[in-house]
Amino acid sequence: MLALIRKSLTEKGGALRLAVVVAAPAAVAAAFVATAGWLSPDRLTPVTFMRDFHAVDGSHPGFRRNHAKGVCVSGWFDGSGAATPLSRAALFGKERSQVVGRFALAGGAPNQPDAPGKVRSMALRLMPTNGAEWRMGINDIPVFLVRNAADFSDFTLATAPVPGTGQPDPARIGAFLDKHPETKNALGLLKARALTSGFANDTYNSLDAFLFVNAEGGATPVRWTMVPEQTVEPPAAGEGGQDYLFDDLLKALAQGQLRWRLMVTVGEPGDPTADPTAAWPEQRRKVDAGTLTLTKAESEDGGPCTGITFDPLILPEGVAPSDDPIPAARSAVYSRSFTLRSDETKPPSEITPAAVRSGGQ
Amino acid sequence: MRSVESFPISARVLHWLMATMILAMLFIGVFMAATVGPVYHTLVDLHRPLGIAILLLALVRLANRFLFRAPPLPDTLPPALKFAARASHVVLYALMIAQPLVGWGMLSAGAYPVTMWGGASLPPILPYDTALFATLRHLHSWLAFSLFAVVLAHLGAALLHGLVLRDDVFPSMTFRRGNGE
Ligand code: HEM
Ligand code: HEM
Ligand code: HEM
Repeated sequence: MLALIRKSLTEKGGALRLAVVVAAPAAVAAAFVATAGWLSPDRLTPVTFMRDFHAVDGSHPGFRRNHAKGVCVSGWFDGSGAATPLSRAALFGKERSQVVGRFALAGGAPNQPDAPGKVRSMALRLMPTNGAEWRMGINDIPVFLVRNAADFSDFTLATAPVPGTGQPDPARIGAFLDKHPETKNALGLLKARALTSGFANDTYNSLDAFLFVNAEGGATPVRWTMVPEQTVEPPAAGEGGQDYLFDDLLKALAQGQLRWRLMVTVGEPGDPTADPTAAWPEQRRKVDAGTLTLTKAESEDGGPCTGITFDPLILPEGVAPSDDPIPAARSAVYSRSFTLRSDETKPPSEITPAAVRSGGQ
Repeated sequence: MRSVESFPISARVLHWLMATMILAMLFIGVFMAATVGPVYHTLVDLHRPLGIAILLLALVRLANRFLFRAPPLPDTLPPALKFAARASHVVLYALMIAQPLVGWGMLSAGAYPVTMWGGASLPPILPYDTALFATLRHLHSWLAFSLFAVVLAHLGAALLHGLVLRDDVFPSMTFRRGNGE
């Protein structure tokens, strides 16, 4: 065969043909490497965000890279039927879907102390009988802080503690805010929000916009809010303690059910869907899509919320992404966080099975 | 032109259709795994059903492969290379079946819905187990890189036959007139 190759090389154009044999696979390989981003270290990838969270909160193997401190809950969701004209998702009909959820504090530190002003979150996995599940992660702030993934990464890094002081560098944060008035504005709204005494009487917002698609194929932009049926109270004076927010939640669930209404805000033409830092006008129509009932808490250790990710793009038929760029970024980044932590040995969570058994006492 | 013994038309159609699909999937895969842009969701939504389509076509192709005798390789090839050629084809078959199964299996183990088109989804094929999810997610990357490496070698070999050796191997897989008859 080598003889054949040598012979071919002596023919006219033979060298060129041999060059093609080598160059074609090399070109395909180069295109592959470029597509994978191995030649562009500055490309924003899920790994970039893993590094960002690491820069802010350090390394906590086995835990979620963000919203690391949390507790599992479960219960059900009863659709009211009122959202059916907007979305054909089965769970909006008059039926019950089982729910696994998680309450958490924003931030990558799994042992951070609770405090009234820290951002609290509710994550839900709604599992209707037809199997078309819906996952969401929603926060108790009025708008999101940034418009897109690149800004999220820059802002996260700007808030990273600097060596020496162990505190974020105000100059770096200031420089970011000067370039991003929308973040400055969002931070103002966040600081001005009415705090409540705990997880149980807090209000959680989707922040991101999605589309509800009905049986006729009509799409409506929506955002939504979980509004507590529990009496809303301001933080009690002098409240504190390492885990007081979680302990209060465990106490409340040990005593009885907790309920929220899923209020869907119906967007109108011109309402910004691609910008989660921009609030929609207050007077938008709200649809009471159903009631969430939570009955039980469990520690992350052994609980049903640990080995899943609340990927906001796991949507039932009848709910679709909008042009909001944040959910796709979240989907990609949560998948990486989930893969990494699934491969690591997790130390015990702050909220232990014993704490849950004692009902937060 | 001298007539050469070809693969049957069914094998040739399947070969080129699947070559296109598999190369597209490899590029879609590495791109989507390294982006946080809005296209991430679009590509993952395409990646799942396209991958399952490859699995189904690969099974049809494997069954089809037992129905005919492949054209013999030319005697100008040393036995070691003949063996390498056959072994590489076996590896290609193994990977084009294993890779989509691993993709499906990893989503099953990670409790992700395996969504296809129009709201339809496939049942899980593995039990829910997050350590298994992580292992399969890494395996999905390594199998993809192996598949890509073998495809590159295969491409180089095909071009060597077609452009330099100019034996019967390349035309046996193409659609030039006079093929197969
Ligand atoms: C580009 C922006 C964002 C990034 C990079 C990001 C990143 C993350 C990561 C890595 C996790 C851990 C996921 C896991 O391991 O399962 C997480 C959890 C979470 N995120 Fe985000 N996030 C972003 C935006 C948002 C927004 C806009 C919201 C709210 C509307 C949100 C709400 C949540 C919630 C509630 C959780 C906790 C889920 C749970 O309890 O398991 N995130 N985020
Ligand atoms: C993803 C890409 C590809 C895959 C998975 C693949 C797979 C295979 C397999 C399994 C065979 C054995 C015959 C069969 O059972 O069908 C084969 C044969 C062949 N392939 Fe490919 N192929 C790919 C791309 C290509 C490309 C890009 C070329 C040419 C430029 C090519 C040229 C050939 C030729 C000439 C044969 C015949 C070999 C012989 O006679 O034994 N293939 N391919
Ligand atoms: C021949 C078929 C397939 C090929 C060639 C392929 C290829 C790839 C590649 C190259 C990656 C990127 C790996 C990395 O860079 O780490 C990937 C990721 C992935 N694939 Fe596949 N795949 C196939 C089938 C499937 C199937 C059938 C499914 C699911 C039903 C699937 C689901 C996924 C998922 C979920 C990811 C990860 C996305 C992420 O990291 O966020 N793949 N695939």
